[in-house]
Amino acid sequence: MSAASSSTSTRPPLWRDAKVLRWVGQVVVLALVLALLYWIYGNVQANLRITRLPRGFGFLDQPYGSDIRGNPFRPSQSVWDAFKVGYFNTLRVIAVGIPACTIIGIFIGIARLSENALVRAFGTVYVETFRNIPVLVWIFLAYFVVLSGNLPQINDALEPFGIAVFSNRGIYLPWYETGPNITPFLITAGLGLLVAVLVAAWRTRVNERTGQPHRRVLWGLFTLLVVAGVGFVVFDSPLSGTVPAREGRLVEGGITVDIAYAGLTVALVLYTASHVAEIVRGAIQAVPKGQSEAANALALTNFQRYRFVVLPQAFRIMIPPLASQYLNITKNSSLAVAVGYYEITRVYSTVANNAAPPVQAVVILMGLYLTFSLGISLVANVINRRLQLESR
Amino acid sequence: MDERMPESQQEPTVEEAQARLDKQTGAKEQPIIPELLPLPAGGLKAWVKKNLFGSVKDAILTVVFGALLGYLAYRTFGYVFLNQKVMPDGTVRSGWEVVFDGPLVAYMLGNRFNQTGLTYANVWGAIYLLTLVAGLIAGVSRAHGNVTPLRTTLKILAAPIIGVAAVLVMTRTLTPTLLVLAGVVLFLVVRWAVPKLPERVLRRAGWISMAVVAVAFVVLTGGDPSNVDKFGGLLLTIVVSAGGIVLSFPLGVLLALARRSSFPLIRPIAVVYIELIRGVPLITLLFMGRFAFGFFLPVGWQTPGVITRAIVMITLFTAAYVAEVVRGGLQSVPRAQTEGAQALGLSPLKITRLIVLPQALRNSIPALIGQFISLLKDTSLLVVIGIPELLGITEQILAQLKFKAQGFQPETYAFVCLIYWVICFSMSRASQRLETRLGVGTR
Repeated sequence: MSAASSSTSTRPPLWRDAKVLRWVGQVVVLALVLALLYWIYGNVQANLRITRLPRGFGFLDQPYGSDIRGNPFRPSQSVWDAFKVGYFNTLRVIAVGIPACTIIGIFIGIARLSENALVRAFGTVYVETFRNIPVLVWIFLAYFVVLSGNLPQINDALEPFGIAVFSNRGIYLPWYETGPNITPFLITAGLGLLVAVLVAAWRTRVNERTGQPHRRVLWGLFTLLVVAGVGFVVFDSPLSGTVPAREGRLVEGGITVDIAYAGLTVALVLYTASHVAEIVRGAIQAVPKGQSEAANALALTNFQRYRFVVLPQAFRIMIPPLASQYLNITKNSSLAVAVGYYEITRVYSTVANNAAPPVQAVVILMGLYLTFSLGISLVANVINRRLQLESR
Repeated sequence: MDERMPESQQEPTVEEAQARLDKQTGAKEQPIIPELLPLPAGGLKAWVKKNLFGSVKDAILTVVFGALLGYLAYRTFGYVFLNQKVMPDGTVRSGWEVVFDGPLVAYMLGNRFNQTGLTYANVWGAIYLLTLVAGLIAGVSRAHGNVTPLRTTLKILAAPIIGVAAVLVMTRTLTPTLLVLAGVVLFLVVRWAVPKLPERVLRRAGWISMAVVAVAFVVLTGGDPSNVDKFGGLLLTIVVSAGGIVLSFPLGVLLALARRSSFPLIRPIAVVYIELIRGVPLITLLFMGRFAFGFFLPVGWQTPGVITRAIVMITLFTAAYVAEVVRGGLQSVPRAQTEGAQALGLSPLKITRLIVLPQALRNSIPALIGQFISLLKDTSLLVVIGIPELLGITEQILAQLKFKAQGFQPETYAFVCLIYWVICFSMSRASQRLETRLGVGTR
């Protein structure tokens, strides 16, 4: 009896053949899902037709119809332009929020592992307080209780040391101002940066050849400062600081920070930092204890131990959960809609209340958030892969 | 044979030997190498020296953080116990009037509860039924010889006990106190009685609990689920988050299985669904439920109530996260389990249902509690689409003439914070305890 004939003779009938069943089952499930999607699509089309709402995405070119606070946006500009402004405003929250929550989180995470009982207690109180209360409650507290409910009218604004103005109309902070020669100065500074990198590379080589301490960061920074300083003098102060000054109800100079933005960002940062702190603590604890003990045996200081031994290894463990926290802070920035800061969700809710087709508007909103999510996961994956490669 | 084995396999390392010894003798961790420098030999003084004033830097840190923590404690104490507000007309009112002088019921049940035709008896009935379930679970655990030490129990339950006691003291009425005490007695009686039940019943404790929870829901809504649309406050927060996690569970398990499966046509569906949902904020889904939901239904169908729609969207949202949790649980089941089942000739369906899934679900319980906590926190977003859950109800309370624009906001939010904190903190403690007891990752 040959192998082939035995396999055909024992082959089960079609309705009991695992291979056939597998494919039939998959096709049936796929067909059901597609049918469901098609059914929903048909319903949407039919409903839009009945309510006489447009069935395409033409509403994006319609005028937006209202102002955007703190932005030179005109109501006659299109909905799509408004979404772009909102997108930029969301980016402003993330750009400040991600670095800030990382730094605070690292400090709190290390504090929770401190040998000092009170520092440890402070870390625990911070983490347990912030992460067990919803972020939206923190946003409400920061905005309604601390900022808009507490800040004085513009006429009797707080002006600590005369360098900032705090009022319920906005927070005015010192900022920079560009002069006429800014472009050549920036080019010079860019060249300075390049030279600094080269100097750092040279120091690294010296270190490798002779074993002298390389101090490449100090050397590089020094080079950059010298070049930029020369440029600054040559081009006649292209950058200068401005300090806000209040004249009655008017504030001149400095940068205006919307209090909704301030409340939102502070609340998001403090809340997310508590999660980051737990990640940092877990990652540090996951670094084998022998590493710390070896560092102690080499008489490294506490700072050196963290900077050169523990944190670089912990960082590798941290990246995936950190990336998911960065995604969370991005997604949570949508809660700005509750305090009236003009980011994409707020733009969406205005659009949705102005009789735009609701389904398409939501699709646009989700699409915009997906760009953030995909962007962050992409960057995190690249970093993750590079670090993993270096370690093996 | 033995001699040719590599050394590392042949000779157990010190740790392994110790671990084996521990298992045999049941001894706790005992250091193999005796401590050369014994820890400060007991006493408060030694502890203080080691933990607070080890070095000059430590002493500075101690002073700075001691001052900070002391200041925080001082301010909190003053805020809680000496909270006086001076009104524009010169009268002095306690800030906590906004909680205990009437609105407490609104925080708990919302403002429209009496429109439902239900009474407090429904709520208390549901609470007692849930207490029964808690007692049942505790009793089964006791019957299996898992006795949680009183200290651990207190550590988990301290926050809710203090919270409930504080509220009872502040309201100064007898009835709720008696009702709460009755609940405690019920729990203890059930916990005591359950181990005496026959094994046949104990084995079905899971099904019995589920049935009782379902009955509790029926009692709570008076048999008409549309009553949920008139709930508010803490009740709504709990109903929505519990409903969300329970309803999303089957979908989440299916998605996790699909994502882990080797079906090339089905896996992408699960991946796309999970990543799509996890990539967008919950609020966009809630907006979808608020504004676009009706458009997905056939023409002529009646759009369900706003809270029902929110629960649907929350379910779809949570399913993606539950799927990831369950996927983690599935990954933690050793491959040998599947292979062993295959060797026994079980069909793939039976392997999943009888061997893999039970272990995977057991391993994912702590993470599922974590998911429940974050869902409970996420229900606060419902305020954005105008649903008066615990956070949303504050708007209505602050709009009452008695409290309007008189600076009662901080106390309102503080009370809401406290409720969220008590629930989330004790649940996360419970999940940590469960994690160590289930031995996730070590078994």
